[in-house]
Amino acid sequence: MAKKPDVRGVMEKGLFSDNPILFQVIGICSALAVTNLMLNSLIMGIALAFVTAMSSLTVSALRNHTPNHIRMMVQVLIISAYVILVDIFLRAFMPEMSKALGPYVGLIITNCIIMGRAEAFAQTNAPFISMIDGLASGFGYTIVLLAIAFVREILGFGTIFGMMILPNATRWTLMVMPPSAFFLLGVLMWMANNQRIKRERKGMEPK
Amino acid sequence: MIDVHPLVIFVAAIFTSNMIFSNFLGMCSFIAVSKEVETAIGLGIAVTFVLTFTTVLNYLIYWNILQPFGLEYMMFIIFILTIAAFVQLVEMLLERYVENLYYALGIFLPLITVNCAILGVSLFMVYRSYNFLQTVGYSIGSGIGWMLAITAMAGVRSRLNLKAMPEGLVGAPITLIITGIMALAFIGFSGMVQIQ
Repeated sequence: MAKKPDVRGVMEKGLFSDNPILFQVIGICSALAVTNLMLNSLIMGIALAFVTAMSSLTVSALRNHTPNHIRMMVQVLIISAYVILVDIFLRAFMPEMSKALGPYVGLIITNCIIMGRAEAFAQTNAPFISMIDGLASGFGYTIVLLAIAFVREILGFGTIFGMMILPNATRWTLMVMPPSAFFLLGVLMWMANNQRIKRERKGMEPK
Repeated sequence: MIDVHPLVIFVAAIFTSNMIFSNFLGMCSFIAVSKEVETAIGLGIAVTFVLTFTTVLNYLIYWNILQPFGLEYMMFIIFILTIAAFVQLVEMLLERYVENLYYALGIFLPLITVNCAILGVSLFMVYRSYNFLQTVGYSIGSGIGWMLAITAMAGVRSRLNLKAMPEGLVGAPITLIITGIMALAFIGFSGMVQIQ
């Protein structure tokens, strides 16, 4: 019988060893689009973590009452409901942020991380641990977003969270434009893969 | 965004504001399916087809049903339902009447429901408040632009498979870096037409 997942293991997996963006390569659409400013990335990350956690919780709570063949539809509806909540919240309390993120808030629905967690974890586990799992994946996503946004914002605008850090440095215009997001994520994934390969080699060597 | 000619939007959607290179939409399947040129073209055609029809459908629903009744906040749910229902319908019709096409495109159709490019185009259409003809031009252009990108990437990757590479780069990382280079090339178009 498989070991019951515990809170610490689930957290560690979602944040690092099984990070949704770096290793599972899912949910990168929005990851690339909002990373030109750190504040945008932070808000997007929190929104995604909230939606993932709450929809995992709901899917898991309803898992014994959902007929198997319509479960995808049910999951999509649950996710959309939470995304609408987030959208209305942003519009009411942070209208500028809502404008900056634009359609990418709505695109949280098609972010494969949420569906993936609902399918792979929440469908077979108890509600509380599913929520933790969703939260962990969401924060794993946030960390990667912030890492990319940090490089892009400081080189593109010379600021961090809007605070001026490099007032005299030349602005690197490319960092504000789309291609840099691809390059940075590619390099970050390369680094992460190297780490993983190194770890696996170490594990295979006989002691 | 009122008096831009639909044809201009069509061209711009392919080149200057390409779905992948400037809006980052549909990346998941872009990375997963861009290994062979033939499969890439198949998926590209399926995406273009579904994208055009669902966007037009969503346009009609949004401006004729949601807008008059003040239900704009429901648009996420309605849009994703329209897309899922349309994909299901097309799948059933193809299976029943055009079997050849079903076997050619069938495996791609379920993938499309979760392709963010489809929902993304519908949302952009609302946020930029296009009129009907502009919506048609925009959706066809976006589909073709996406197909162009994934086909080009598949061509590069099928060559790349024969070359030796650092172990950590194989797969997604190198695909992203190549996409970055392609996006750089597409910036060259950006002075041509401007729709954003």
